[in-house]
Amino acid sequence: MPALRYLRNVTTLRLDAERCHGCGRCVEVCPHAVFSIAAHKAQVRDRDACMECGACARNCPAEAISVRAGVGCAAAVLNAAMGKRGACCCE
Amino acid sequence: MTTNGHQFAAAPAPWTDGCVDTPAGAVPRVRTTWSAADRLGAWKVRWNLGRMAYSVAPGLYAVGTPSPESPVFVTASYKLSFDHLRRALDGLDGWILVLDTHGINVWCAAGKGTFGTGELVARLAAVRLGEVVRHRRLIVPQLGAVGVAAHEVKQQSGFAVVYGPVRAADIPAYLAADCQAAAEMRRVRFGLADRLAVLPVELVLGFPAMAGVALVVAIAGGLRGGAGDMREILHCGMNAAALVLAAFLAAVVLVPALLPWLPGRAFSIKGTAVGLALVAAAWAAGWLPNGGSGWLLELLPWLLLLPAIAAFVALNFTGASTYTSLSGVRREMRLAIPPILVAGAAGVLVWLFV
Repeated sequence: MPALRYLRNVTTLRLDAERCHGCGRCVEVCPHAVFSIAAHKAQVRDRDACMECGACARNCPAEAISVRAGVGCAAAVLNAAMGKRGACCCE
Repeated sequence: MTTNGHQFAAAPAPWTDGCVDTPAGAVPRVRTTWSAADRLGAWKVRWNLGRMAYSVAPGLYAVGTPSPESPVFVTASYKLSFDHLRRALDGLDGWILVLDTHGINVWCAAGKGTFGTGELVARLAAVRLGEVVRHRRLIVPQLGAVGVAAHEVKQQSGFAVVYGPVRAADIPAYLAADCQAAAEMRRVRFGLADRLAVLPVELVLGFPAMAGVALVVAIAGGLRGGAGDMREILHCGMNAAALVLAAFLAAVVLVPALLPWLPGRAFSIKGTAVGLALVAAAWAAGWLPNGGSGWLLELLPWLLLLPAIAAFVALNFTGASTYTSLSGVRREMRLAIPPILVAGAAGVLVWLFV
């Protein structure tokens, strides 16, 4: 089966390698295996797999990761544009 | 009966089996098998029946015969999440800490922050977990990491968070491997079974809007029948409505079912492909005009409208998928919504006035 991949070059994910301690939490929490650890530093090995869930940034004790976290849901984007809240898959 | 954090107004929940005494009060023990009622409930929420009211009371629960050394598993108050967890713990001893997520599943609630650091720290204090267990470790589902910051929980409560596997079913293997999740356990999948599981909710949620569109098209089709007799007007209107509903159904079913094989990365492209395939099939079957004078002009409106409908329905499926980002969906919508609207409007105008 072909792998499911969304649009290229859209993610807002940023990793500041200077700040990284190499604890590996990002590798642990990422549901799409975006990160890997090499030489005690995290690196982004598969940037386009990022779905901007924000788990990595929230769990980075060094605050080395930033991402504009959100839910990739067209209904929620439409509702937000029309001034309504929520109403996606889980509401 | 008042137990640790729980108030049972009448009888205890049918999926409980007595209580376990702890220094912090009696804790209800849960069954680790699903009853017919649990299976029916799981089926109903897949069809959006009572999905927003399918919850369990937040608090602490026991599994098997847990001791102060037994592991603590954290979950959401969505009953389907809770049921998957207790079923996965069959034959094991442990504790389940249910956070108050207003009946929403772990991942969605974590995105909203209700499954988050604040609720976790408050809940483990409310149930006096520190008196129930001697260790200071919580197994939080990996997808909860969207809302929980492990290092902040540690600072605020003294409890260390370890992230368990994405799927509850992997918990026995995870425990057997000394709480090490294999790489595969950390990946969110979106296989055929996952995609088909979310299909009924999409069908039910999308149907009212699509029925409205079909009704409008039916009335327009009737008017287009113009001076013809009543039977002709009805036929024209009903046929148009049926085509719209066919486009909706084709997209709702085929986009999830064929997701990896449909062309393009953008969902609207995948939906367009389904819409074009429907037009081709209906044309070949003679449902759409494929002969006689001016058949091409008769076909054109449907060639514009049906793929536009399918593209929009497919775009909506981004919310149910497990790999689309907000930035990606925003970009796709900027690029796809204008052509969808133009094609749809052009289709209707050509149909009515040409």
